[in-house]
Amino acid sequence: MIETRETSAAETAPPDGETWELRLYIAGQTVKSVTALANLKRYCEEYLAGHYTLEVIDLLKNPQLAEGDQILAIPTLVRKVPEPIRKIIGDLSNEERVLVGLDIRSRDDR
Amino acid sequence: MQEYKLAHPAVLPQLPKAPTGIEGLDEITEGGLPLGRPTLVCGSAGCGKTLMGIEFLVRGVLDYHEPGVLMTFEETAEELAANVASLGFDLAALQADKMLRVDHVHIDRSEIEETGEYDLEGLFIRLGHAIDSIGAKRVMLDTVEALFAGFPNEAVLRSEIRRLFRWLKDKGVTTIITAERGDGTLTRQGLEQYVSDCVILLDNRVIDQITTRRLRIVKYRGSTHGTNEYPYLITEDGISVLPVTSLKLEHQVSDEIVSSGVPELDEMFTRRGWYKGSSILITGTAGTAKTTLAASFAREACRRGERCLYFAFEESPAQLIRNMRTVGIDLQPCVDQGLLRIEASRPTLNGLELHLVKVHKLIKDFKPQSVVIDPISNMVSVGSLSEVRSMLTRLIDYLKVNNITALFTALISARDGRMEMTEEGVSSLVDTWLSVRDLEGIGERNRGLSILKARGMAHSNQVREFIVTEQGIQLLDVVIGPAGIITGASRLTQRMQEQARLVAQQHEIARKDRELERRRRVLEATIENLRTEFETVEEELRQVNNEEQARQQTVEQNRTTIGQGLTTTQLPTPPADAQRPA
Repeated sequence: MIETRETSAAETAPPDGETWELRLYIAGQTVKSVTALANLKRYCEEYLAGHYTLEVIDLLKNPQLAEGDQILAIPTLVRKVPEPIRKIIGDLSNEERVLVGLDIRSRDDR
Repeated sequence: MQEYKLAHPAVLPQLPKAPTGIEGLDEITEGGLPLGRPTLVCGSAGCGKTLMGIEFLVRGVLDYHEPGVLMTFEETAEELAANVASLGFDLAALQADKMLRVDHVHIDRSEIEETGEYDLEGLFIRLGHAIDSIGAKRVMLDTVEALFAGFPNEAVLRSEIRRLFRWLKDKGVTTIITAERGDGTLTRQGLEQYVSDCVILLDNRVIDQITTRRLRIVKYRGSTHGTNEYPYLITEDGISVLPVTSLKLEHQVSDEIVSSGVPELDEMFTRRGWYKGSSILITGTAGTAKTTLAASFAREACRRGERCLYFAFEESPAQLIRNMRTVGIDLQPCVDQGLLRIEASRPTLNGLELHLVKVHKLIKDFKPQSVVIDPISNMVSVGSLSEVRSMLTRLIDYLKVNNITALFTALISARDGRMEMTEEGVSSLVDTWLSVRDLEGIGERNRGLSILKARGMAHSNQVREFIVTEQGIQLLDVVIGPAGIITGASRLTQRMQEQARLVAQQHEIARKDRELERRRRVLEATIENLRTEFETVEEELRQVNNEEQARQQTVEQNRTTIGQGLTTTQLPTPPADAQRPA
C-alpha cells in the first residue's frame, strides 16, 4: 500500500506542533503522477520538514482504496491531519495554490 | 447483387439488447436497451430517472442474473436503499449477495483545490474495480452531471466524460446514465453529445391538475423503436410504461361463443351470442338498463364457472348487488364463490394511466375470462377525449391479447343528436356494439335494443323492445303494426285489438261450423226421405214383379195341367218327365 514513507528531521518549527498526514493518490507512473510527487516532496521538505508523513497510493495496484477517500481525480493529494480534510487535485505545479490549499501559506503569513 | 441482399437479411445479426425487465419498456424498445452500450435517461426533477436506473439494475439481478453496479453522485447508498425500499427492492440484501454494488461518490467543491493537470482516472479505477469485483454486466451512473459541480475545469471534465463512455463501451457493460434536463436541451451539460446509442426522455406534465408522466425514446441507434410519447407510472411495483401490451394487432382469436346472459338477445345473433375474447360496447342514454345488461352478462359468465371482473365506476359493490337483486340478477352467490369480483371506485380517484395500470394489475391477479367496465364514459372526467381514447385502445388491446371478453357500457347524450357516436370514439375498436335507447311515444317511454354492429356474424336488424322484469331482462316479441314496429301502450292496444279480432274470428268459425252442421243434417234428412221413397217405389215394383211372376207361373202350370190331363191316366209321371215337354 505504502510506496514511500518518509519522515525528515525537522529544521523549522512545524506550523501546529502535530505531524501532518498526507496521502498522494496516483495511478501508475504517469507524467502527472511523477510531477505531482516530485512537487509535493519539494514543498514538504521546504515547509513541513520532519513533521509530516507521506503515503503514496497507487490505485492501479490497490483500486479498493479509491473509495475511502472519495478519489475521482488523479493525482489527488489528501491532507488527513490536521482536520479538516483537504484535497488538492492536479500535478501540484502551482506552488502558491498548493500552499494555500494545504493551509501552509496562510499560517506562514501570520 | 439484389438477390444476394434479399436472400440474407435473416442472417444479419440483430443489435443485441439487454432486457430491462421494466414493464412496457421492453416492448417499446423492442427488446431492451442496447447491450454493452450506454443509454442516457434524461428528464426534469421528479421524473423517476434514478428509479428507472435502479429498477434496471434490480430487475437485471432478479430476472436475468446479471450483477450490477450503482454509482451514485448525489444520494448515499443508505438514502437510495431507503428510497426504493417502498417498491420492494432490497438493495442491502442484493449487496450482501454480491449481486449489486453501490458506490457513493461524494463531491464537495469546498474540499477540493485544483492545481495543475489532472484526469479522472480515479473514477475509472473505482468503477472498474466495482465492476470487476462482482462481474457486473449492468451499470448505472446517477448522475454524472454532479461532476460539473465538483470540478471547475470543464474542458478536462468533458474529455474525461467522453472517455468514460468510451471506456464503458469497451468494458461491454450496459449502462444507464441519468441526467437532468436542461433549458432547450436534453441535458443540462449536453451529455447527449457523448451518449449516442440510446436516449430516453422522461417528462412530467401537469394538465388540468392531473400529473402525467411520459416517456419518449429520442433515439436508439441501430434499432427501430416506438416513437410516441408513452405514459408511464411509478407504482408500488416500480415503473410501468404503457402500453403494457403489444403494439401490434397480432392476437389469436377464438371461435367460441359466449352468451350475453339474455337468451332473447343471443337469438338476435346468428351464432347465438358473441365471440369469446371480443369486446362489446353497450351505449345508451341515462336509465336504459345498461348496467342491468352488463350484470346479466356477468352473472351468466359466473354461471358458466368463469371468473368475471366488474369495474363499477358509479356504484358501490353493495349498491350494485342490491339493485341487481331487485331485477332478479343475484350477484351475491357469484361473489361468494369467488367468481365475481366487483371493483368500485370513482374515476376521479386516479389519473387515467393509474386506472389503466390498476385494471391491468387486477386482471393479472384475478385472471378473469370476462371483464365489465361500467361505464367508460365518465372516464372523461379525468382526462381529455384523446387520452381516454388512447387508454381504452390500450385496454382493449390488452384484453384481446389475453382473450378476455370485455363488455363496456357508455352513457351517451341523447340531445346532441349523435345517437350513434360515442364520445370516446371507441366504437371502431369494439367488435360488437349494442345500442339501448328510449323509444319515447305519447305519454310514455319504452326501452329499445338494437345491434349496431357485430363483427364476424350476421345479426338481427330489428329494434327490440325490452322490459326489465323481476326475472331480469326480457325482450318482447316483435309486434308489427300498421306503421312499423310498435312498442309500449300501442303494443298493448295492438295486442288487445288482436285478441278481440281473434275472439270474433273464433265466434265466426263456430257459427259457420254450426251452419254447416245444420246443412248437413238437413241434407241427411233429405237423403233419408229420398231413400225411403225409393224403397217404397222399389217395394212396389218388386211386388208388381212378383205378382207378374206368380201369375205367369200359374198360367204355365195350368197349361201343363191341361197337357197332362190328356195323359194322366196312361202315364203317371214324375215331375222331371212332366217338365220335358215344357
